[in-house]
Amino acid sequence: MRIKQIEEKIFKVIMMGAAMIILGLLLYIIGTVFYRGLPALTLDMITKLPGGGFYLGKEGGVLNAIVGSLYIILGSLAISIVISVPLVMYINFYLPPKSIFSSIIRFSLDILFGIPSIVYGAFGFALMIYLGMRASLLGGIITVAMLIMPLMMRSFDEVTRLLSRDLPDALLSLGATKYEMTKVIIRQMVPGLITAILLAVGRGIGDAATVLFTAGYTDNIPTALNQPAATLPLSIFFQLGSPVEEVQNRAYASAIILTVMILILSFSARYFSSKFSKHKI
Amino acid sequence: MISTNQQLEILTNNYVMEMKEKIQLKKVVNNQSIRIENLNVFIEDQHILKDINLTIPEKSITCIIGPSGCGKSTFLKTLNRMHDESPEVKIKGKIFVDDENIYSPEVNVIDTRKKMGLLAQRPCPLPMSIFENVAYGPRIHGTKRRKALNQTVIQYLQYVGLWEEVRGRIRSSASRLSIGQQQRLCLARGLAIEPEYILGDEATSALDPLSTKIIEELFIKLKEKYTVILVTHTLRQAKRIADNIVFMYLGKIIESGPTEEFFKNPKEQLTKDYLSGSFS
Repeated sequence: MRIKQIEEKIFKVIMMGAAMIILGLLLYIIGTVFYRGLPALTLDMITKLPGGGFYLGKEGGVLNAIVGSLYIILGSLAISIVISVPLVMYINFYLPPKSIFSSIIRFSLDILFGIPSIVYGAFGFALMIYLGMRASLLGGIITVAMLIMPLMMRSFDEVTRLLSRDLPDALLSLGATKYEMTKVIIRQMVPGLITAILLAVGRGIGDAATVLFTAGYTDNIPTALNQPAATLPLSIFFQLGSPVEEVQNRAYASAIILTVMILILSFSARYFSSKFSKHKI
Repeated sequence: MISTNQQLEILTNNYVMEMKEKIQLKKVVNNQSIRIENLNVFIEDQHILKDINLTIPEKSITCIIGPSGCGKSTFLKTLNRMHDESPEVKIKGKIFVDDENIYSPEVNVIDTRKKMGLLAQRPCPLPMSIFENVAYGPRIHGTKRRKALNQTVIQYLQYVGLWEEVRGRIRSSASRLSIGQQQRLCLARGLAIEPEYILGDEATSALDPLSTKIIEELFIKLKEKYTVILVTHTLRQAKRIADNIVFMYLGKIIESGPTEEFFKNPKEQLTKDYLSGSFS
């Protein structure tokens, strides 16, 4: 009896310790970013293009990177949603439950998911050279899409698998074709899709390695798909590498901007999700 | 030599004759309802249904009873070809619905399912409004006109006695209804595709006694127009509403017949044991 109580206590301490470590880590990161970034975060940062170059420049802002990041993440989201949704519907509702092909696809996605982003960057770069493209917005979009697609598919797949057979059966017994069935199921799966999209945004928008060679960097806002585009992770990377402390602090301010952007995207996605799925059962 | 006119006349006559035959066939058909011949179902290597031969009389309630795992639900699923979705299920034998073998290759599975309204164990409303739930079936089968849809929805909601309860919130979500109301909504949704047969797979087992009573009364009302086939777990329910009973055990039909006779004079020893509660 005594030993069991001690056991219980030790385990409780371990669990609470783990929770504390995570909370502490989060506070430490947010604290550092805000402590160093807030003083440098001026209105100019989000409304102006960099003045005097990104490396030594203390003037202007990172509007080029904000817009570039948004362009790249929205473009790559569009591409990956268009490919992810049909794939997930196919392996869940068109293939039989124990199909070998769907296990092969899931296994491939797990492997793709584990590939480091720099490999995607290198692969995207090689592909662009093969196609004769320069570092450009389009290159960045395609490479980031490749990076986030496995994550989006796999997480959307996981929530879709949890859907009970009742709904597909009800639809089929009404004489719906599989396509008609799929359309209704997608409506039911909107919240799951939104979660998958948010995870993908989190991974895609903050990644520097994929866009380093493929989207390049510029002080301007791209106006066409074949122009290079700046991104926030890269501007953080470059600013942080500067010997000037003021420029380094601008990196933390950019990090705040990036965090806030992800938060805004999350909240708006949740809002639209609840709007589109008010009939969810 | 026959002139073109004569040829045409012969062709037309032939056509008229054919059509007449077809119309007559259709009439004969309607009396026969569902006929099952030598049905065997295998799931992977297991023999689930064994040599089922059965005729289900039209415009009546046929209850299929038997202990769990005897193949009742599997049998019901063969009637609307829901096993098509599971490649591990092999079906041998013939099921004639309206004198047409639904497992012959030229039959379209959508047409078969359209003839069968299914009421599942747990109600599963579609992720749409109450109105859209009922309108969904007619819509996918080609009814586009708003007015016709409105009419259909109101008609069938009235039929299942739901209209008065939901008329103010027809555009709100179907998931907000109580589970008994949801089951009636599912029935209305099934009826809206204008089936000829109603299949119920333990359709009241998830419901409270009051909702069960409402659904049972609906089944009795339904048999005026439809042929109703129910799988049920409760003997008392079968006794209350069935016209015919089919007793299944381990994938075989042990005994079938009119309800009264079945309960009063069961012929088989297994049936007697089951009715007396020796096993369930």
